[in-house]
Amino acid sequence: MEIVYVYARRRCDFGRPCNFSDRPAELHVDVLPDPALAADFVRRDPCDVAVQCAQEMSEHEVNTERFESEARGINHVEGGWPKDINPQEMEQTIRFRKKVEKDENYLNTVMQLGTLMEHCIKQNNAIDIYQEYFEDEEEMVDSRERPSAKTINVFRDPNEVKRTATSLSWHPDGSRKLAIAYSCLEFQRAAKNMSFDSYIWDIENPSCPEMTLKPASPLVCLEYNPKDSHILLGGSYNGQIGYWDTRKGSQPVETSAIEHGHRDPVYKAIWLQSKTGTDTFSASTDGQVLWWDIRKMSEPTERLVLDLGRKGNLDNALGAISLEFESTMPTKFMVGTEQGLVVSCNRKAKTPAEKIVCTYSGHHGPIYALQRNPFFPKNFLTVADWTARIWSEDIKESSIMWTKYHMSYLMDGCWSPVRPSVFFTVKMDGTLDVWDYLFKHNDPTLSLKVCDEGLFSLRVQDSGALLACGSQLGTATLLEVSPDLSTMQRNEKALATAMFERETKREKILEARQREMRVKERSRSEQSKEDEGRDTDAGDESAEQLLARAERDFFEIVGAELKKRELEAGQEQIGAEELAGYFLTSYQANGPGCQ
Amino acid sequence: MAEVEETLKRIQTQKGVQGIIIVTAEGIPIRSTLDNASTVQYAGLIQQLVMKARVTVREMDPQNDLTFLRIRSKKNEIMIAPDKDYFLIVIQNPTD
Repeated sequence: MEIVYVYARRRCDFGRPCNFSDRPAELHVDVLPDPALAADFVRRDPCDVAVQCAQEMSEHEVNTERFESEARGINHVEGGWPKDINPQEMEQTIRFRKKVEKDENYLNTVMQLGTLMEHCIKQNNAIDIYQEYFEDEEEMVDSRERPSAKTINVFRDPNEVKRTATSLSWHPDGSRKLAIAYSCLEFQRAAKNMSFDSYIWDIENPSCPEMTLKPASPLVCLEYNPKDSHILLGGSYNGQIGYWDTRKGSQPVETSAIEHGHRDPVYKAIWLQSKTGTDTFSASTDGQVLWWDIRKMSEPTERLVLDLGRKGNLDNALGAISLEFESTMPTKFMVGTEQGLVVSCNRKAKTPAEKIVCTYSGHHGPIYALQRNPFFPKNFLTVADWTARIWSEDIKESSIMWTKYHMSYLMDGCWSPVRPSVFFTVKMDGTLDVWDYLFKHNDPTLSLKVCDEGLFSLRVQDSGALLACGSQLGTATLLEVSPDLSTMQRNEKALATAMFERETKREKILEARQREMRVKERSRSEQSKEDEGRDTDAGDESAEQLLARAERDFFEIVGAELKKRELEAGQEQIGAEELAGYFLTSYQANGPGCQ
Repeated sequence: MAEVEETLKRIQTQKGVQGIIIVTAEGIPIRSTLDNASTVQYAGLIQQLVMKARVTVREMDPQNDLTFLRIRSKKNEIMIAPDKDYFLIVIQNPTD
């Protein structure tokens, strides 16, 4: 069926010529100067004006194109022989050599050079001119220089369509390599031609990655096996877990089956400590924590549903975003959830109900990072919403220390492996903060803007001096912090211990006090309820009565406020009129032209 | 001929000397106390280095010329005495 619109006009109405005509100008708006506005300004006398007589200069930046370099070796072959002598033939070469040795020139030269050489050899034997003096003296690390960090290298995503660098992992020995997982975490925003690859970079060569990992779906997290540096574990966006062997190529050696894996992106996968070195576990927002043995990836060895009701109900489960496992405490592990709770679990519990030991609440948003302090395993750091908090395992109601609320979301954080009181955090506005809690609690000791887009992930190398952070457009920046942030200061461990203990004690006291007050309240309300119970009807007020009471209270309060405001306004007006009257009289008395 | 032998013997017996190589200016090893593979490698690499060093010295001052070259590494020291037609290379491990 065609949809048709028909309209009819008379022919004489079409194509009418425009008939422009002149007319005099019309004044539409006239804003006259208002001398009353001058009262808002104050005459400034004298004014400071800066004048400079110098050449005009402008600043320009130039950046050369990235050049790709590759290291190649050269193979040396014997050469230099005269044309008629074949170097492979022993006879010919020996004959040549004998001839040269009979040469007069040769003899003289060798004598000369010989004496010269002997002189130098004897010199060497007499004194070691390269001896290192004062080797045993320790460097005085008392420099008062301010802490700083500088960018050493930037690794950009070589693909056209930029993806977020969601996870970084340093190579376990030597840390010359960095594995970065790239994916697009925004729901359904991934472009159709987005590449799924993740890369391993050599930190000396930022122009092209050393190795590519090709998963079936973009990787959200990536971890090197701390025992075997050729194996990497990756969790991908479609819920699969796979492991790669760098000796075997870019394809995963094995991946988990989709039916038995997670139903949401795998946000974190960690290697466990075990005799075989093949145990891992992974967490995802579908509410499950699964244990895997990489030798048999077809299904998980164990499963835990994060249901606080301890019933294993997936619908009630909390989504997990981060995992924490410390090899010094192999039976415990912690899970950071999307709902802002940290769940502490016991691996060795007999029944699934006992697996979840306790929860720590206090955050308002998903917990993006969770890590125990490498020096004080009882204290752990969580990074979520707009703050970073430090907790003690014993205190479950609140954190013992926390940073102030920032203007942008904190996305990742980690402790420094060399200093117990230093930790790093990254934010959505592209800044990296270095916090030294012994030095200052309120602000970061060092705050650096690394890039314009948001920073998503952060990882410190084991030496404590280098750290890498990944951004939303796939750029990973490698920074080096100044030595005073990466070497342990004197007494630092003792001071940090004292600080943590002090804060823990403070929280304990507060908690105890809270509990006391609650008990008192309860006992008081119980008493009053008993009294009331005798007067009024048994049973609670019905919902409607509650509503009516609430409305009445509300209107009373509003009415009272309004009346108060009117009174105040009335007083102000009276005050204003008085003031105006005073000025007027003074002006008239003194005449215009005086302030 | 005998003096050459004597000189080389004297150098060889000095403390810490690991090897001696005599090379022509084109890089052909004439005499060596090391194995063939090392000799050839040293000959090739050092010849280029001496050329470069000589050019460097002469460019700074055309009247100047290279008389001796010492390369100190972590494990040993390579000493090169260059001449117009031949080089004498000695590898020594200094005492310390």
